Amino acid sequence: MNVVEASGLGKRYGRTWALRDCTLEVPAGRVTALVGPNGAGKTTLLNLAVGLSAPSAGAVTVLGGTRAGSPAALDGIAFVAQDTPLYTTLSVANMIYVTRGLNRRFDQPYAMARLDELGIPLKRKTGKLSGGQQAQLALTLALARRPRLLVLDEPVAALDPVARHDFMATVLAAATTEGVSVLLSSHVLTELERVASYLILLARGRVRLTGEVTSLLASHGQASMEDLAMAYLRESTPEVTR
Amino acid sequence: MTATLPARPDAAPRPVPWRRMIGITWRQHRGATAGVAAVLGLLAVWLWINGTSLHNTYTAALACHPASSAVCQNLISNTFSTSASSRFMSNKGPGGVLLQLLPALIGAFVGAPVLARELESGTFRYAWTQGFGRWRWALAKLVLLGGMLAAATAAFGAVVSWYYQPLFSTGDQAAGLYQSTPLDTLFALREVTFPAWTLAAFTIAALAGMLIRRVVPAIVATFAIYAPLAIATGAVLREHYLTPLTTHSLTPPGTGWIIGQWWTKDGRFAFSGPPTANLFQYCSSDTSGAVVKGGGGTTETVPQCLAKAGYTMWTSYQPASRFWPFQLIEGGWLLASSALLIATTVWLVHRRAA
Repeated sequence: MNVVEASGLGKRYGRTWALRDCTLEVPAGRVTALVGPNGAGKTTLLNLAVGLSAPSAGAVTVLGGTRAGSPAALDGIAFVAQDTPLYTTLSVANMIYVTRGLNRRFDQPYAMARLDELGIPLKRKTGKLSGGQQAQLALTLALARRPRLLVLDEPVAALDPVARHDFMATVLAAATTEGVSVLLSSHVLTELERVASYLILLARGRVRLTGEVTSLLASHGQASMEDLAMAYLRESTPEVTR
Repeated sequence: MTATLPARPDAAPRPVPWRRMIGITWRQHRGATAGVAAVLGLLAVWLWINGTSLHNTYTAALACHPASSAVCQNLISNTFSTSASSRFMSNKGPGGVLLQLLPALIGAFVGAPVLARELESGTFRYAWTQGFGRWRWALAKLVLLGGMLAAATAAFGAVVSWYYQPLFSTGDQAAGLYQSTPLDTLFALREVTFPAWTLAAFTIAALAGMLIRRVVPAIVATFAIYAPLAIATGAVLREHYLTPLTTHSLTPPGTGWIIGQWWTKDGRFAFSGPPTANLFQYCSSDTSGAVVKGGGGTTETVPQCLAKAGYTMWTSYQPASRFWPFQLIEGGWLLASSALLIATTVWLVHRRAA
């Protein structure tokens, strides 16, 4: 099963195509990295996948053929947007209350245990938390929904190295112990190395490369994902390898 | 962490219950709710304190004997013009003007942030990707907040009505029930119209917030739409809710809302407004024109003199008995408009391509 399938997917803002002719499959049970420079169309693709925006061309389905943004899709996908938006005037406890209320499933004991582990006080306003704590809270809320697919848009861009590491550890734990499929975008490649097993490379609104990380590295003779991405982004050929 | 999940997502999962939005809306809009409660509460207390003294003065005036004496009549008619509080709260006093602005203020400050704040701060990307579903989320919020505002302002409208009760009971409908000046009518501040106008401002603000996507400009836009709408309603629309009655009596009902007055002679339209100079001269023996001398030493008014000369005075008016039907008509179309605005806003949330 694929957790995201796009065919001929495109999104246009005015006369500019933010994403064009995007055909790809994100396999289930994996951590998939969506990689590309700023403005490559990563956020656009993720917004389409979680149903926040509607395609200008083509189609996108999720969780094995479900329409993106449909009730079933919303139920099964947890999304942590860029800069982890939270209601900054609400306390952590109220943020949990709101998220629990808005969803069919919510694993309250899991959320409580995680926040306790992270040392995030329930009474504090979310706006008063550190950037790392806010990201961890947003991730905890998303995972407590027991999603089938977790979508993260630039989750660690604003975090310091330690917070980055901790965040990725949580993501990896969820993926390995519970089999949550993860799709995360980033323009910072270093922390993806350890977690991602599948890669999608975007540049200037188009898919440049998709495939299993290990086989991609082997076939392209590159030592690391970073080298691979750099090599591809330097090449100006708009070829799509699948 | 043990979770048993179905192999495939449900084709149509059972929706998250609507009632959950009550607690969520309350937590998110506690500040706005408390602000509205504080403003209306303080004003209500103020009205209650001053209203009690006003009612006492009026009761004392009613107890005056003999009621028909000039002293007693003066006492009643002065009840509203003498006390400082009533002057403050008169149609044109600062309190009266504040009351006129209340529906727009409350509606705009509660309604504009509902969607604009989410769009401004990016939290819509959180809210609209939760299992509840974005159009249901928007509908639930708007209905809950709108209902809360309607209930609070209806209660406040009842306090306003109670405060002005002595004025209404003197039968001074021009000041109390209808007022030809659209800016200072009390009509829009009663039990039905006050919540209806507040709801209208609230739904205008919510839609403006959805379209403009920023809180402060949405509030400004709400005032820019609300003010002409309220003024046009008072100045033009309201008098047409029901076909006015017409009478050719020289003394039209004093409690009614006079819409227009004109004169006919021999079944033809003669003039409206003040009589022509010739006619006026014919009827008036002195330059003041207030009281004129007819034949035989009796005094008569200009209208009486004109009637004798074969003219008929016609008056079109809305009788005071139509007060509640008018309240319901105005409340009805405002409520229908508000429902339409909510539907439009929810549709935009559903359709919006980020």
